[in-house]
Amino acid sequence: MAGRKICVVVISGTLERLQAAAMLASVAAVSGQEVMVFLSMNALPHFIKGATAEAPHEGPMGDLMKARNVPEFKTLFEQAIELGGARLYPCSMAMDVLDIGSGQLEDYLGEATGLTRLLTEVQDGQVWTF
Amino acid sequence: MERKIVDGKGSFCPGPLMELIAALKHSQIGDELEVLSTDRGSANDIPEWVRRVGHDYVSTTENEGVWHIVVRKTK
Repeated sequence: MAGRKICVVVISGTLERLQAAAMLASVAAVSGQEVMVFLSMNALPHFIKGATAEAPHEGPMGDLMKARNVPEFKTLFEQAIELGGARLYPCSMAMDVLDIGSGQLEDYLGEATGLTRLLTEVQDGQVWTF
Repeated sequence: MERKIVDGKGSFCPGPLMELIAALKHSQIGDELEVLSTDRGSANDIPEWVRRVGHDYVSTTENEGVWHIVVRKTK
């Protein structure tokens, strides 16, 4: 059963929000929904190749998830792509501010995307913001 | 037709579901997959996913903290 398209906008760089966004995107994608993810602000630096900085925790759930065997959010986003055809896009503004090009971001991200394209994408979908 | 074990023990939602989906991709129609999960949320959510996408949900049993969720691939 294909459901309605969802657009997941991730601007937070905290573990809890990245995890929730990745869970939603991956399960929706493997359930037959079209999924596009827009990564901006503090979320985007986590998707620079070789990034090792741990996502800061907002509260005790972040600490608990880290201590337990919760799937890594980047793994879930990759599974959303591989198993469910999700599309992930970096925010062009955030790339400009970080002074990075597409080659410095994870290969599974799509092309730099601005707000006009994002607004076009969300016209026929639900928007979830993290 | 065969029965495959998908060991998702120790992982949390949606880890076992993702492992099931990856295993389904490499299975034949009619194959049964038995997901092992120690995560109660996955035991609830996997049957819901199976019904949503149209595979056959066969059964769920729990034994000493491990849920066994059996799914038959239909397409």
